Amino acid sequence: MHVMLVQSLVFGILVGALYGLAAVGLSLVFGVTKLLNVAHGELLMFGGYATFWIFTLYGVDPFLALPVTMIFLILIGVIVYGLLFARMVKLSEETKIQNTLLVGFGLSLILQNLALRLWTADDRGVTTAYSGWAFTLLGVRFPIVRVASLGIALAALGALHLFLQKTYTGKAIRATAEDWEAASLMGIDIHRIYLLAFVLGTAMAGIAGALVSVGYSIEPNMGLEWTLIALIVMVLGGLGSIMGTFVGGIVLGVTQALTSCFIGGTYREVVGLLIFLLVLIFRPQGLFGAKER
Amino acid sequence: MLKLERINAAYKDLQVLWDVSIEVNEGELVTLVGPNGAGKTTTLKVISGLLKPTSGSISFQGRSLRKESAHKIVELGISQVPEGGKIFTGMSVLENLELGAFVARARQDKDRTLKWVYEIFPRLEERKNQRAGTLSGGERQMLAIGRALMSKPKLLLLDEPSFGLAPILVDQIFDMITEINRQGVTVLLVEQNVRAALELAHRAYVIENGRIVGQGAGEDLLSFESVRRAYLG
Ligand SMILES: Nc1ncnc2c1ncn2[C@@H]1O[C@H](COP(=O)(O)OP(=O)(O)O)[C@@H](O)[C@H]1O
Ligand SMILES: [Mg+2]
Repeated sequence: MHVMLVQSLVFGILVGALYGLAAVGLSLVFGVTKLLNVAHGELLMFGGYATFWIFTLYGVDPFLALPVTMIFLILIGVIVYGLLFARMVKLSEETKIQNTLLVGFGLSLILQNLALRLWTADDRGVTTAYSGWAFTLLGVRFPIVRVASLGIALAALGALHLFLQKTYTGKAIRATAEDWEAASLMGIDIHRIYLLAFVLGTAMAGIAGALVSVGYSIEPNMGLEWTLIALIVMVLGGLGSIMGTFVGGIVLGVTQALTSCFIGGTYREVVGLLIFLLVLIFRPQGLFGAKER
Repeated sequence: MLKLERINAAYKDLQVLWDVSIEVNEGELVTLVGPNGAGKTTTLKVISGLLKPTSGSISFQGRSLRKESAHKIVELGISQVPEGGKIFTGMSVLENLELGAFVARARQDKDRTLKWVYEIFPRLEERKNQRAGTLSGGERQMLAIGRALMSKPKLLLLDEPSFGLAPILVDQIFDMITEINRQGVTVLLVEQNVRAALELAHRAYVIENGRIVGQGAGEDLLSFESVRRAYLG
C-alpha cells in the first residue's frame, strides 16, 4: 500500500511536469495578448507528431530532435498568429473574447483533421531503444524517459523564466502583459511582443508535445484534453508566475494519479475540473498568485 | 517643435476634440489647462500616437506624426507620462526605469541617463530594488516622470502629474518639472491645478468641451477673466 502510494505520487509528479509546461505556454500567451487560444492542445499535439515524424522518417533521437521540433512549432506559431490571431488582438474587449474562441475552435478542428489525414487515428508514440528502461528505488519505479522529460521541462521553464526576468525583451514582454498602453509609451512595439509571446507559447507547447510522444502516446483527438489541462493548471497556478504554474501542474498530476489509485481511473478528469471550480470560487488569483494586481 | 493644426479626434462615434490647434516651441514649458472631461488627455493621446485623429495635421520637428505608431513616436523623441503614472507595479523601480530607455536611441546611454534621473529624483535610487507597487503616490509619480526621462525625450508630455498628491508634494513635483525644463527638455504640461500650472508655464492654452478657448502667456491668463472665474474662484 505504501509503495503504491509513493508510486502514484511519482507518476503524478512526472506527468504533472508536462502539464505545467503545457500550461505555461497557454498562460504566457493569455497573459500578454489576452487571447485564450483553445487550439493550444492541438499545437502541443503537433509537437508530438513532429517528434514522431523526425524519429520514424530519419531515425533521430526524440530528445536530440527537440530543437528541430521547437523550430517547427515556432514556424506554425508565426503562421497561425499572423493569419488568425494578429487580427484578434486589435478587437475591442467584447468582440475579442467570442471571436478568439470561434477562431480557436475552428483552428483546433482544422489541426485535428490535418493530423488525422497525415497520421491516421492510431495512437502513436516514439519508442526508442531505451524507452523501456527504468530504475527502481525502494520498490518505486522511475521510467527513465519520463524522468529525463521532467528534467527537460524544468530546464525549459527555467530558461523561459530567466529570459523574462533578465533580458530587455523579456522585460518588455512583462511590461506589455501588465499594461499594453504604458508599454507602447515606452517605445515598445507591442504587436511584435504579441507575436513573440505567442511563438514562445507555441514553442513551449511543442516541447511538451514532444515529451508526451516519448513518455506516453499521441493521437489526433488529444488536443481538447490538453487544452483543458492547461486551462485548469493556468487557473491553479495563477497568471504571471512560471514557477506557480509549474507547481500547479504538479498538483494536478498528483491529484489525478491519487484519484486513479484510490477512487478509480474514471474520476481522473472529474477531479481536475472539480479543483478548477474550487479554485475559481475560493482563490480566483490562483493557488500561488498574489492577491492585488 | 510640435504643431497641432485643426485636430479633430473621436472615440468611436463620439467626437471629443474640435479643431484643436496647439504649438510648442523648443525649450518652452507650455501648459494645457481645462476642466475634467475637456479633452486634455485625449489631446496628449493624439500627440503620442495612442489615438489617431480623424482630421487635422500634427507634426514634430517638421515631420508629420499622422501615420506614425506610438512606439515610433517615442523613438522620435516624444515621451508621455500618462494620467495616473501607469507605472509597472509588478516590476521593480529599476526595471521600470530600464523600460523607459527601451528605444535604441536611449538604450546606449542608459547608465548615464539613469544617473541624471537619480540626481533629479534621489528617492528613486533609494527605492530602486523595491517593487514599484509598494511606492507611495508621490514616489509613483516621480517614477513615472523618471521613466519617461529615461527615453531622453526632446518633448515631455505630462498628464496631471499633481493629481491626488498632497500640496507639499505638488510643489515638489512642480519644482522638478521646472528643473527638467531648465535642463533643456521641452514640456507640455496638462493640469487641472490651474493656478500652479499657469505660474510655472511660459505659455498656456485653455481647453473646454474639446475646443481651445483661450491662450497666452501664463501670467496673462491668470488675470484672464473667464479663467479667473472658472478655476481660481
Ligand atoms: N476611451 C474613451 N472612450 C470613450 N470616451 C472617452 C474615452 N476617454 C475619454 N472619453 C471622453 O472624452 C472626453 C474627453 O476626455 P479626456 O480627454 O479624458 O478629458 P480630460 O483629460 O480633459 O479630463 C470626455 O467626455 C470623456 O468622457
Ligand atoms: Mg485627463
